[in-house]
Order: sequence, then structure tokens, then C-alpha cells
Amino acid sequence: MAKITFIQPDGTEQVVDAENGMTVMEAAKKNLVEGIEAECGGACACATCHVFVDEAWREKTGGPSEMEEDMLDFAFDVRPSSRLSCQIKVTDALDGLIVRVPEKQF
Amino acid sequence: MAEGAMNGSTGAPVETDAVIVGAGPVGLFAVFELGLLDIKAHVVDILDKPGGQCAELYPEKPIYDIPGLPIVTGQELTDRLMTQIKPFGATFHLGHRVDALERLGEGRFRLVTDAGTQFLTKVVVIAAGGGSFTPKRPPLAGIEAYEGKSVFYSVRRIEDFRGKDVLIVGGGDSALDWVLNLQPVANRLTLLHRRDEFRGAPHSVEKMRSLVADKKMDLRIGQVTALHGDNGALSAATIRAKDGEVRIDCSRLLPFFGLTMKLGPVANWGLNLDENLIPVDTEKFQTSEAGIFAVGDINTYPGKLKLILSGFHEVALMAQAAYHIVYPGKKLLFQYTTSSSSLQKKLGVS
Repeated sequence: MAKITFIQPDGTEQVVDAENGMTVMEAAKKNLVEGIEAECGGACACATCHVFVDEAWREKTGGPSEMEEDMLDFAFDVRPSSRLSCQIKVTDALDGLIVRVPEKQF
Repeated sequence: MAEGAMNGSTGAPVETDAVIVGAGPVGLFAVFELGLLDIKAHVVDILDKPGGQCAELYPEKPIYDIPGLPIVTGQELTDRLMTQIKPFGATFHLGHRVDALERLGEGRFRLVTDAGTQFLTKVVVIAAGGGSFTPKRPPLAGIEAYEGKSVFYSVRRIEDFRGKDVLIVGGGDSALDWVLNLQPVANRLTLLHRRDEFRGAPHSVEKMRSLVADKKMDLRIGQVTALHGDNGALSAATIRAKDGEVRIDCSRLLPFFGLTMKLGPVANWGLNLDENLIPVDTEKFQTSEAGIFAVGDINTYPGKLKLILSGFHEVALMAQAAYHIVYPGKKLLFQYTTSSSSLQKKLGVS
């Protein structure tokens, strides 16, 4: 179990409960977090679940895999903290995770 | 690719029983169910290959909920469906989008594609899934004003780029292919990518790198943040690079950020819509208009589940209703492929 905070571009925060094993994208969709579109449903094939991982959490989430890095080419405003939220699996270690939703997925 | 596949024609209208809009798994299986009832179909899809999302978004990802196939990838499912529908000889129009639907009266419809192909048909089956795949538009302020004039998402005419300062953004095959094709005609070509690694075919990457080494084009690592120009005429783009912001002069921009799904022209066909979905009944899967059916992810009804499985069921019932439109007054005898010699003949197995 982990509590995850999604911060919108306007600063609005939404804290959701996520079960271990689900992805951060699934937690967002389940809780109707705005700005996470996930058009492909979690196949790492569309880059519309792009988030910025809070600096303090980057080590714990780790960086993108090679496939995810390729897919990030399709995202906009990619930063060193960019991840596709469908590729971040929830574990107890991520309890308290903070991610920011970009201005636009596309 | 299917037998009889063809691309583009602006000749006489194609007369047919049914036009299926969308070549995803549900559109493909519609060919099968209609074919068993002697209804000939043409299939149109905006992608250059059949399979829809299965082929475009997850060709290598396993699907676990197709009955009888415990595990199958999107591409395998597409290939198997193409084999299954082969006996019915449907004609495929790939890389085309159906733009207009016109009612001709007496239960006939005219469909026109973006390539100018016209169909005269009795039945329209909308199997357009999440809508048509369209290029992603970078969320840059004011980009709409430049589209079609200075900003393009595909190259229709190379001449539009002759002598221009061309900026291409992306790191995949589309970006690299156009770099290589436009470099000889452009005044100056710049490729911009967010990192110094490219997903495109290695030989394309190599060619691009040697053009850069020969100073015949520029490669920049960074991302576009703003466009500058007047009345749709682009003059420069601001890019954010590692060493800060730079302005690059350019009169043409080609952004390649992949595809997204938009409902597209279907929205203008005068059908009742419910938040970008097409409401249908659950007996015939017919829309608000007789002769026009909607199946698969694009339709909605009480209890709808967006599953390939549901789409397969929907096309079977749709075909029964379509039969009475194509063959009015004829009785339809329900038959099983396992035991009916006439169905087996159509399938080419007896």
C-alpha cells in the first residue's frame, strides 16, 4: 500500500491510495486524477501518462527503462524527472510518492 | 496484407454492399460475419496496415481474454483474423480516412475518403475504435495558425520544402526518413531531438550522422518551446537545449511525436453521439439511423464493455440485421459453420 500525491500544474493536490502491484497510472485512473490519459491502457505505447517524479523520490522510483525512454520521445516537455506512470509499479517503498502532472499530455 | 488490397483511386464510385470503417479486430471480424451472409465488404482504415490499436499500440503485447486463445499478441490476433477472413476477399483501402457520409435516399449511402475514393453502399459499419489515429500536435502556443502552411505532420509534396529552412523534430523512423528525403531539397535542414539517441533504423541514423559530419545538415539536442512568425508563416522556433534557450530560423516545421486517437470526421456525420461514442441498440447494433451500424469500442449501450470479445459478438448480430437491408424480403436461415455445407463452401473448406 502506498499513498501517492498527484500535483496538478495549478498546484492542486490529490492524494490517492494505491495497492502494491498496481501501477501509478492505474492508481491515477482509478481515482480520476486529471491529466493522466493513458490512451493505450498501460502498454507503454502512447506516452500519455507522463509525470514528473518529485526530486526526493527519483532514487526510489528509479529511471525509465530503455523501452520507456524510447516512448518518452513521444511526450512533450521531457525532463530528467520524467517517467511514464504506467511503468512505475507501486510498492510499500513508494508510500508518500509525489508526482507532478504536466501541463498537457498532448 | 490482404488479397485484393489496393490503395487510392479517384475513378468511378465503388458499388458495394457494405463499407466497414476501421480495420481493427472488430472491423476485420465484421468481414467474416457479413461474408457468411453473402455481404461483400470494403474496409477503410487510416493506418497503413490492418489491426487497428492491436497493430499500432500493442503488436507485441499479449492479450489474455480472447476465448480459446489463452495468450495472443496484438499482431498475432490481427494475422489470424486476416487468415480467417481471407475467403471473403474484402477489399482494403489502407492509409485512407473516410471523411464524408452522404445520404442518397432509398437506403443508400455515399462515403468519400480523403484520397477521393467514393463508395456507394447499402450498409455502413463504423468499427472505428477510439477514433482515427492522427499525429500528435505539440502543445505549443498558437501552433494551429501555422498548420497546413508552415507546420506539417506529414509530407504530401516535397516541393513545399524546396529551398526552405526545415526543422524536423523527433527521433524515430518518420523523423529520420524525412530528414534524409528533404535534406537534398531544403535550403538548410535541422533535426531536433530531445536526446542524442535515436529509435530509428540504424542505417538511417548512420546516414543522418554522416550528413551532420559533412556539415550538410544540423543536429540539435533539445526541445521546442515556442514558435515565431506571422499569419501562419513560420520564421523561427525557440528550443530549450542543455546550454539554455536558442532560437533557430526556420520556415517549415515537421513534428513527429507519434499518433493519438481522435473521433475525427465521424463526429460530423449527423449521428447521435454520447461523449464521442455512438449509441446503438443491442439487437442490431444500429445507430440512430437505419443502415448505419456501430460496433466495437466506438459504440455505447447499457452495460457496454470495451472488449474485443464484445465487439465480436456485436458484429455477429449486426450482420443479421445488415442481411435484411442488403437482401430485403429474403428469409435468413440461421446456420452453423460446423455443419452447414453452404457456409463451408463460402469458407472454402468443403
